[in-house]
Amino acid sequence: MLCEKNVKINHKMYTNRSKKYFREGEKKLEVRMQSIHKSFGDVKILKGVELDIENGEVHALMGENGAGKSTMIKVLTGVYTKDSGEIFIDGKQVEINSIKDSEKYRIAYVHQELNVIRQLSICDNIFLGKELKTKNGLLDTKKMNEICKEKLTQLGIGYLSPETLVGDLSIGYQQMVEIAKALLIDAKLVILDEPTAALTNKEIENLFEIINRLKSEGVSFLYVSHRMNEIFRMCDRVTILRDGQYIGVERIDSITEEKLVEMMTGKSIDNLYIKDEIPVGKIVLEVKNISKKNEFEDISFFVKEGEVLGFAGLMGSGRSEIMHGIFGSTRLESGKVFIEGVEKKINSPIEAKKCGIAFVTEDRKEEGLILDFDIKENFAIPSLKKFLKGVIVQENHISSTIDSYIKSLKIRTSGREQKIKNLSGGNQQKVVFAKWLETNPKILILDEPTRGVDVGAKKEIYEVINELKKQGVAIILVSSELAEVIGVADRVAVIHNQKLVKIYEGKNITQEEVLKTAFLEGVE
Amino acid sequence: MSQNIKKFYEKYGLFFILFLISSFFGVLNNNFFSLYNIQNIFKQSSINGLLAFGMTFVILIGCIDLSVGSILALVGYFVGIMLVTIKLPIALVLPLGLFLGVFLGSLNGVLVAKTKLQPFIATLVTMTIYRGITLIVSNGLPVRNINNVSTFMKYINRGEIVNLPISMVIYLGVFVVLWFLLGKTVFGKHLYATGGNEEAARLSTVPTNKIKIIAYSVSGFLSALAAILYVARYNSIYPNAGQGAELDAIAAVVIGGTSMSGGKGKILGTLIGALIIGILNNGLNLLGVSSFYQEVIKGVVILFAVIADRKKLGL
Repeated sequence: MLCEKNVKINHKMYTNRSKKYFREGEKKLEVRMQSIHKSFGDVKILKGVELDIENGEVHALMGENGAGKSTMIKVLTGVYTKDSGEIFIDGKQVEINSIKDSEKYRIAYVHQELNVIRQLSICDNIFLGKELKTKNGLLDTKKMNEICKEKLTQLGIGYLSPETLVGDLSIGYQQMVEIAKALLIDAKLVILDEPTAALTNKEIENLFEIINRLKSEGVSFLYVSHRMNEIFRMCDRVTILRDGQYIGVERIDSITEEKLVEMMTGKSIDNLYIKDEIPVGKIVLEVKNISKKNEFEDISFFVKEGEVLGFAGLMGSGRSEIMHGIFGSTRLESGKVFIEGVEKKINSPIEAKKCGIAFVTEDRKEEGLILDFDIKENFAIPSLKKFLKGVIVQENHISSTIDSYIKSLKIRTSGREQKIKNLSGGNQQKVVFAKWLETNPKILILDEPTRGVDVGAKKEIYEVINELKKQGVAIILVSSELAEVIGVADRVAVIHNQKLVKIYEGKNITQEEVLKTAFLEGVE
Repeated sequence: MSQNIKKFYEKYGLFFILFLISSFFGVLNNNFFSLYNIQNIFKQSSINGLLAFGMTFVILIGCIDLSVGSILALVGYFVGIMLVTIKLPIALVLPLGLFLGVFLGSLNGVLVAKTKLQPFIATLVTMTIYRGITLIVSNGLPVRNINNVSTFMKYINRGEIVNLPISMVIYLGVFVVLWFLLGKTVFGKHLYATGGNEEAARLSTVPTNKIKIIAYSVSGFLSALAAILYVARYNSIYPNAGQGAELDAIAAVVIGGTSMSGGKGKILGTLIGALIIGILNNGLNLLGVSSFYQEVIKGVVILFAVIADRKKLGL
């Protein structure tokens, strides 16, 4: 199980800090990235971005989804190779082509979805691929446990036994294990990607304590987060990216939240969104006081014909869970759902479809599509019964129908028999749209419909939403992109901590207002 | 490999392997291609083939059914005892036997779909329980001379329709029905979707639990049908009948190119897979190869057939 072919590192490395690159005791690390470019195929993800991290600072990296933050991190950690640009470490130009390289320069990456193996102990996890051996070639468990203990103590959690199974730890502690991994390579720069997304308040406090402690020892952090209050509390400076472009770097103590949001979203974004004002019709969907323990509480709202109701809020605030509850893919514990004024009990997606609800789910790869199937096969699944003649499914009829969707939704593909996994994110998403539109929905729930979709396809998706709205479909749009919610939705509901805090109406909803409600605790 | 050859191989590679193996035996033994022997091959492979058909359904949804051999034995005993000991009319016994198979299969399906037990575990459990019930019912003793009490059972074994043995007719008839079900109906599409990505299928309004229960019921039904052919063919049933049959069935499915992770595969592949195994058994017997060696040869041939099949997928 413990892989041999990985890096073998002499265990002296962990005790002496005297390897190739750093002098004994040295804790300095300045990282500078200059005019980094990176494209995937025709899509330019990074267009000359910059990053400059000083010694022992906590540096925030901000930008909307798709701004290029993760790509930038992956370039820095050697997961991706940059197309052009330079990386300097302590003034010297370096090439980082693999994770091993980045570890050599003492850069550690704590992933958002933690990279721990739950079935292994803390010690086995942090030494994974770097196991120490005795002269006889056996695992030097004693030595590893000692070092592991030392690292845990350094993190202030020395009371945990190195032999504890990681699966028995809470998410907060699992994250500590990841940070212990970083300490093991004696990291000078630790990259934290949305580190608090899954943590409780108490765990967040622990994490901050550790960040401060390591910072005082000279470790730098690159901190990626959407949470304003954390950025303002923990970070020294912030670099802002937008659409793969470098917007600027600011000192936290000399910038306001409003300014930061403006830099993240930009002004020019306005014409990306399309929102025709049309008279709305009758209420199509109304939910009253729906709740589900630990997911959402006492949610009430309605959507009318020809209207887009936006849902803003942090990831994990309960937005998606509400939609799953309405769609019947999970059970509501209390509350009522009315479709066109009639109360309905929706206990499965099948019943939801009968009520005219369609649901474009958040995670199209896990929940939306069958990646190994082709476009046509995916498209037909919810509406197969429409294509029946007797008991036989009419393949030709499906083919001609999907072909017309390929045209009208501008799905870029070699043909209906192309496998879904070979399509770009935007085109995959359009297949999901086609699939649901064929069921003729009265209510269309869109959960993060433009996540991982390039700007061009985004605009096309907004056009489709606008068109459906004009046809009288009631649309719910859940999104983490505030600009999108405000740009597309007619009204905006804000979810915070599993509760619907406020619904904004009218033409003059501003990002700042919504942001405050969604990101900062409480609303006046 | 040029594109065209590759495409041709993708489509007909399995036929090619079948052709290779049969010509090999044909050259070495004159009797191999005799009408009698071909009938025999179909008779022999029809029992494993029916089990493999059911297994295909279950594997297509990403599950497995280890209990097919136990269902075969239990239904076999049911039929044997009802005919010989209790002397019920065959017109009642056979439908009841098939129904018993559906019932036992649907139990598997309910366990997998509702209690969310891993299919391997769930059917390992029922495999053991069904076999145990068979032992209790039989008291460890066989039921013999079943065909003596029923001319119809004799007919299933011996009868022919224009040179085609009845078991072969049943086998191929079932194949056509299943091919239609999988390829042409909503149920078939839903079955593939469930195996392809269960969560996505469920959220796309596929009744995934129902599909699972039906797939296992089909497997149970076909195991019962195989039991009837088995009883007719051997004129008796033993407590250990069908032991290990699940592995031969899985082998046929795998040779046939169905993906063990679900969502991909064809019933025609399984038909050929079962034929390849049948031909190997038959051909090696004709050549007088010791049964000890036969197992090894069978294993090696299956290995190569599967590797050759994977090649075409570029795996």
